[in-house]
Amino acid sequence: MIHSLFLINCSGDIFLEKHWKSVVSQSVCDYFFEAQEKAVDVENVPPVISTPHHYLISIYRDKIFFVSVIQTEVPPLFVIEFLHRVADTFQDYFGECSETSIKDNVVIVYELLEEMLDNGFPLATESNILKELIKPPTILRSVVNSITGSSNVGDTLPTGQLSNIPWRRAGVKYTNNEAYFDVIEEIDAIIDKSGSTVFAEIQGVIDSCIKLSGMPDLSLSFMNPRLLDDVSFHPCIRFKRWESERVLSFIPPDGNFRLISYRVSSQNLVAIPVYVKHMISFKENSSSGRFDVTIGPKQNMGKTVEGVVMTVHMPKAVLNMNLTSTQGNYTFDPVTKVLTWDIGKITPQKLPNLKGIVNLQSGAPKPEENPSLNIQFKIQQLAISGLKVNRLDMYGEKYKPFKGVKYITKAGKFQVRT
Amino acid sequence: MAGNGLSYSEQGGEAALELAQEAAPTTAPSAPAAFGLFSSDTKKNEDLKQMLESSKDSAKLDAMKRIVGMIAKGKNASELFPAVVKNVASKNIEIKKLVYVYLMRYAEEQQDLALLSISTFQRALKDPNQLIRASALRVLSSIRVPIIVPIMMLAIKEASSDLSPYVRKNAAHAIQKLYSLDPEQKEMLIEVIEKLLKDRSTLVAGSVVMAFEEVCPDRIDLIHKNYRKLCTLLVDVEEWGQVVIIHMLTRYARTQFVSPWKKDDDDVVEEYNENNFYESDEEQKEKDWKVKKTYVMDPDHRLLLRNTKPLLQSRNAAVVMAVAQLYWHLAPKSEAGIVSKSLVRLLRSNREVQYIVLQNIATMSIQRKGMFEPYLKSFYVRSTDPTMIKTLKLEILTNLANEANISTLLREFQTYVKSQDKQFAAATIQAIGRCATNITEVTDTCLSGLVCLLSNRDEIVVAESVVVIKKLLQTQPSYHGEIIKHMAKLLDNITVPVARASILWLIGEYCERVPKIAPDVLRKTAKSFTNEDDLVKLQILNLGAKLYLTNSKQTKLLTQYVLNLGKYDQSYDIRDRTRFIRQLIVPNEKSGALSKYAKKIFLAQKPAPLLESPFKARDHFQLGTLSHTLNSRAAGYLELSDWPEVAPDPALRNVEAPEAAKEWTVFLGKTKKGKPTEKFYSESEEEEDESASTSATESESGSESEKEDKEEGSSDESSGSSSSSEESSDSESESKESTVKKTSRTAEKSDSEDIKKKAKRITKKRNTSSSSDSESSSSEESSSDSKSESDLRSDSESGKSGRATSSKVTTQVFVPTKTHELLHRMSGKGLAAHYHFSRQPCIFGDCTVSVQVTLTNTTDQKIKNIHIGEKKLPPGMRMHGFNPIESLEPEGSITVSMGIDFCDSTQTASFQLCTRDDHFNVNIQPPVGELLLPVTMSEKDFKKEQGMLTGMNETSATIAVAPQNSTSLVIIERVVKAANLGVVPSGQDNIHRFAAKTLHSGSLVLVTVELKESSTAQLIINTEKTVIGSVLLRELKPVLSQG
Repeated sequence: MIHSLFLINCSGDIFLEKHWKSVVSQSVCDYFFEAQEKAVDVENVPPVISTPHHYLISIYRDKIFFVSVIQTEVPPLFVIEFLHRVADTFQDYFGECSETSIKDNVVIVYELLEEMLDNGFPLATESNILKELIKPPTILRSVVNSITGSSNVGDTLPTGQLSNIPWRRAGVKYTNNEAYFDVIEEIDAIIDKSGSTVFAEIQGVIDSCIKLSGMPDLSLSFMNPRLLDDVSFHPCIRFKRWESERVLSFIPPDGNFRLISYRVSSQNLVAIPVYVKHMISFKENSSSGRFDVTIGPKQNMGKTVEGVVMTVHMPKAVLNMNLTSTQGNYTFDPVTKVLTWDIGKITPQKLPNLKGIVNLQSGAPKPEENPSLNIQFKIQQLAISGLKVNRLDMYGEKYKPFKGVKYITKAGKFQVRT
Repeated sequence: MAGNGLSYSEQGGEAALELAQEAAPTTAPSAPAAFGLFSSDTKKNEDLKQMLESSKDSAKLDAMKRIVGMIAKGKNASELFPAVVKNVASKNIEIKKLVYVYLMRYAEEQQDLALLSISTFQRALKDPNQLIRASALRVLSSIRVPIIVPIMMLAIKEASSDLSPYVRKNAAHAIQKLYSLDPEQKEMLIEVIEKLLKDRSTLVAGSVVMAFEEVCPDRIDLIHKNYRKLCTLLVDVEEWGQVVIIHMLTRYARTQFVSPWKKDDDDVVEEYNENNFYESDEEQKEKDWKVKKTYVMDPDHRLLLRNTKPLLQSRNAAVVMAVAQLYWHLAPKSEAGIVSKSLVRLLRSNREVQYIVLQNIATMSIQRKGMFEPYLKSFYVRSTDPTMIKTLKLEILTNLANEANISTLLREFQTYVKSQDKQFAAATIQAIGRCATNITEVTDTCLSGLVCLLSNRDEIVVAESVVVIKKLLQTQPSYHGEIIKHMAKLLDNITVPVARASILWLIGEYCERVPKIAPDVLRKTAKSFTNEDDLVKLQILNLGAKLYLTNSKQTKLLTQYVLNLGKYDQSYDIRDRTRFIRQLIVPNEKSGALSKYAKKIFLAQKPAPLLESPFKARDHFQLGTLSHTLNSRAAGYLELSDWPEVAPDPALRNVEAPEAAKEWTVFLGKTKKGKPTEKFYSESEEEEDESASTSATESESGSESEKEDKEEGSSDESSGSSSSSEESSDSESESKESTVKKTSRTAEKSDSEDIKKKAKRITKKRNTSSSSDSESSSSEESSSDSKSESDLRSDSESGKSGRATSSKVTTQVFVPTKTHELLHRMSGKGLAAHYHFSRQPCIFGDCTVSVQVTLTNTTDQKIKNIHIGEKKLPPGMRMHGFNPIESLEPEGSITVSMGIDFCDSTQTASFQLCTRDDHFNVNIQPPVGELLLPVTMSEKDFKKEQGMLTGMNETSATIAVAPQNSTSLVIIERVVKAANLGVVPSGQDNIHRFAAKTLHSGSLVLVTVELKESSTAQLIINTEKTVIGSVLLRELKPVLSQG
């Protein structure tokens, strides 16, 4: 399936290559560079490129292109998912998935890639299994290793590999047994010029951090499970139990993982927690325009809206902006034409406002369209859909775990058209 | 290089030494040419060589790490081959691994030297550690040296019957590697594939199907017998395997089942038939469909659809997509809709996933709009989306447009047209054009909207509008003189060639409708002819020709002028066209018959262009494939066949009744036990429509897995000897297959309760560690282990995938069918209750006994709100009741499960069983045999444990054994029936050993039955729990002595 993998940084250097079958020359990447050049923007590089003898399937993550070489028919999503899994694993092992961290740990990277694929077919991708085979680098371990001469490589087959719960390893022990669940909901919305909602939807995830000894069997129930319209599960969740009782029953992996992601049925009206008043105009035949934006809270159930940031991709013709803000700081990057306004917390008494003059390139035609405003915000202790965890029960172990649930609502792809 | 050979022949004690000396001279000529080129490099490599030859592992490791760094950067490190290869036998596992990495990279280039390492791998293939066996096989099969093909073949064959599923998985991978190295081996490899396809391990399934797809995708006959197994195992296979299996099964199903698509809901066929003017065909189809009116879906077809459905909830986008394409290609049209929700969910994922998913949705939405219409708004475009995503979304929006939503869509499109991303704006205009042609209600609105765009400041937008308007006007034969006039005016400003050409063509085509303007346009363009683009020049010529024919008075001279210009143009296309037009339209003596028809030729009615989706052409590719994404056949693409007219014999998929003898022989040593054979598939069917009253068949995989455990255990002990002969492995796989059906037993209680079903599905894992950690440690830990592994994920599976495992606690060998009365119907006012012990690890906790209670309503009224009332339990005892039952229909019965922790005592658990109106006091008293959990251990461990439990902890009795009870099978059967014990393999015929542990405290209970002369037997029980020991002894005595 996957023939070779090349890691390429933004400036076009191939800084790592790995082949699982016969060696494919680096020159195959030229086709990729060609496509990259044509696409102008990195975002627009097509994920699947056909070359005379190979197919290139690539992903772009953390300023690195993962380019895989394929020779025969294979579901492209298979490769894409796998490449993302590779990037996730690097992130997991090195704390970040960057060129430097990969270069620094090139041996571990190589060992990982060796374990993850055999002859191009995925062999072990569960992080729990990989961590037993190849221990993640820590300063302490490298010191110990250099003294004792022990190695980072496990010599027995990880227990998870053969069990049907490959995500958990045996013999986990903690002194404090804790289970935390973060219910994170994101509002995706498109608001039109007049302030009415064109499209809004809530996407949520439950991220868990489970540090429990032994083999706990958890079940998590909701006050209002019917809210969840479409759910995707971590493999540990028993599907049948969800189908019949709407209870999440699972033996959790050890550590951090995403338990479920869900979508709240679109029939429900989504409460939009902020409103935006905007006045952006460019005068005909003059090299300036006006910009005036106010953000205010709305329907936020008594919670404060915080971490508000507004980013605007201004039209190409904009040269500079002279603005004053009543709250927070703004920056305008004249190269990328991105205006960022970091507002922080919104207090209803004094609404944050940003206004001033936009300088346009003289002679250039007036921009056709007003830019749309992308807004980020955060509301603590609130799941905007109203989803509530009812209880968490643990079976199979005797100790009493510490349990915690946290709710956060965030803006997802929240866009206001002007 | 020769010196190099020397230097390492001096090194003594290395494993590869003898071979190295032989091989060294032959390698000398193959020294890389680049060797002397960069002297600094050489020096650096010199010190690497020295490090590799040092006696310290740390230096070697350092060197290897640097070499791997070189490989990673793509630098050539091949000259270090001899120095590296010597370390292949290193004791240090990390060095070894890195050497493997090196070998895989360079062995192909240095084949002779690579041979030095082979013997190491051959040795490692027999290592007791399965990880080492597996990785040896991996490297051996990865080094791509043709000479070792026979060795590889042998290794693969051997590994395919290895006892570790992990090694077998690697064998499946090796098959593909060998095949690509030497396709000649195909036949032999197919045999191995056939064997591995029968494997029941979920670990192997994905890899072997992958090998099948690569080596012999056409040998569909190999799948028949494994089809049902693959369907049932699917949920538990790892995600990557799932994708491959689903794709393979999609192809399989298209060859084996008849089409579930009925004519009425099949708009695709209808649509295509419109273009089909062979009426007889139509009729033929009509007939066919009539036949299919009585279509009943093959149960196997249904099984596939049902078992893949839960995978739509997978977190892996590839799995979701695979299921979606399966439903698209296989499900009845009414059912395919369920995939859309999941596909829309994937749109939240990263851009690459979005790209692929949107492409597939685009193809789907052309054929079946309805599927995605409810999600219309999910495809709205954001200004921050990458352009490729934007255009795909736009494509889908256009496909979904209909009378009902077009006005909202057009409003949305208006926003897009103004987008700063001009490429996207242009695409939007095309989309508007398509909507306008497809939905006649809005054609005029769209047209006027487009005309407005003609005054747009951006040239690309205007040009695109012109092109689209041209197409629209063509489809609209009505008079649009105004628009044409407007466009003629635009000609002065527009510079984009396509747009100019389009305007000229329009004016030419409808020149009779704009008689005044047309000649003027020709005049203007004639002036600028030389500066125009080729495309425009051609249209000027066309315009001239058409005007000449319709209005020769005004334009004769102009046309001739243009033709003269064209005659001397640089482009031969234009010169050619000029010559052609001149001959046709200008009458002269040479002109032939054609010129008479010139008007007909130039001004014929032209069919309007069809504005359709660029994704239309893709639908002949299987969705989700690379070929679909690229819209061209990728190498190795396997065509999805059409549905067969008549389905091949479904009996092909029946798995034959097993030879009863085999597995029991393996299991018990020498006894036979006939089990009611039942096809394992039919049960799942039943389960589907089970009602509370039907007694569902439950099958136990317990015995099978137990068997495997044992094999696993014993083989792991002896695996060093590599004595796993071909024969025994064959019988193993065969019997494994047979077990499934055979071991199915009918339990008399129905289990409508989900919980119970789950509990039943206890699966254990094959022990990975049995080889390495032989200590019989922590039986407690492993008990929780196995319990929690009762994997409920496999729920959708029809309940009997016997997966092998080998944690210490095993499933029950036998499930007693004996029920006890809890409440008689007379005393319960019509409510009767029975209970039995299911011997399942209880879901309520480790130390609880699982009790199945069947409640039956014998009255003629509903009994409402059945629940457990007050509990009177002895101290320490705990009880988990069942959830209240809201109502029980007359004559209905329901089985619920309870968990009771008896604290290892046989005291009675008393509680009240309440209905809405009454409450009844009831008791459950467990037989001591139900307080145990079976355990397997080796005979050696058994003896060791027994040795520690003597004296006070031992109770024994001599009993007279009834003659008919003296065979091993009967003894085992009777003992396990009486108590939940695990069978311990025994070396002697006359001694039978059983082991279990108590549920609450986890103390071992060891039972030995030793047959003596003259039909007596010694019964010995060793346990810390002396009370349990003596009670158990008392209960077992009559079991063996009675006839």
